[in-house]
Amino acid sequence: MTIGLGHYLSVAAILFTLGVLGIFLNRKNVIVILMSIELILLSVNINLVAFSSFLGDIVGQVYALIVLTVAAAEAAIGLAILVAYFRNRGSIAVEDINLMKG
Amino acid sequence: MIINAIFFYLFAGITVASAVMVIASKNPVHSVLFLILAFVNAAGLFVLLGAEFLAMILIVVYVGAVAVLFLFVVMMLDVDFAELRQGFLNYLPVGALVGAVLLAELLIVLGAWVIGPDVLKGIASPIPPASEINNTQALGLVLYTRYVYFFQAAGVILLVAMIGAIVLTLQHRPSVRRQNIAVQVARRRSTAIEVVKVKSGQGLS
Repeated sequence: MTIGLGHYLSVAAILFTLGVLGIFLNRKNVIVILMSIELILLSVNINLVAFSSFLGDIVGQVYALIVLTVAAAEAAIGLAILVAYFRNRGSIAVEDINLMKG
Repeated sequence: MIINAIFFYLFAGITVASAVMVIASKNPVHSVLFLILAFVNAAGLFVLLGAEFLAMILIVVYVGAVAVLFLFVVMMLDVDFAELRQGFLNYLPVGALVGAVLLAELLIVLGAWVIGPDVLKGIASPIPPASEINNTQALGLVLYTRYVYFFQAAGVILLVAMIGAIVLTLQHRPSVRRQNIAVQVARRRSTAIEVVKVKSGQGLS
């Protein structure tokens, strides 16, 4: 009944998969896609902290802190882009975001 | 030990279940609330791992700032979310396929990994025992000394994000009249008033 590194890595793997699945399933809704990206970053953080704890190296937690910072910045910029886009076009459906014809 | 296992399965189960609800719920507001639940339970996992500072940061930064930001945006945008949800089931087969392949790969990796013997030799800075120094102090001792440039870079990233978000969302409306303090202060008597000598009985033409 000992909880090892593998247990935490499994949780992180499941969270990562759910995040990827969320991007696929909610392909029209940018907000849920951003939330899925947050889930993926959370799973990465769980991995980093689990390795840090089980290997006894605190640098993993420093790295997790940096990932957290980047995730917060990404959420802020993403939502700002979303608000600006909605103000200009009145829609946030992913299919309508095709100005560059990519 | 058994308490540890019980709490691990509690936190892990709620985290995974709420992650499922984040991607599956009909209303994006519910998605955000489940995201908050997932973050809180992930913070519980961090506490179990001995990373108390990161757990608290996760709650403060994610639940306090990012999730509330999401909630703000979801409620501010007037979007028909039912329309955005159409085609959810169309994407389900390919999404489930990709997810299943990814999960299978990750679990295969999980089933076969071993930590290399060199890894344990090359530990950059070992975690001091919890009886001597707590997690926050240990993290600070490393973060502000050896990794100070990373810390500064994180600050710059946040500054750039803040400025970017403000620039993106700030609206300049030319139709709205605003108080222009510089013009008001720069006003002099010569530009403001004019003294006119009026002859009696004639008035100004």
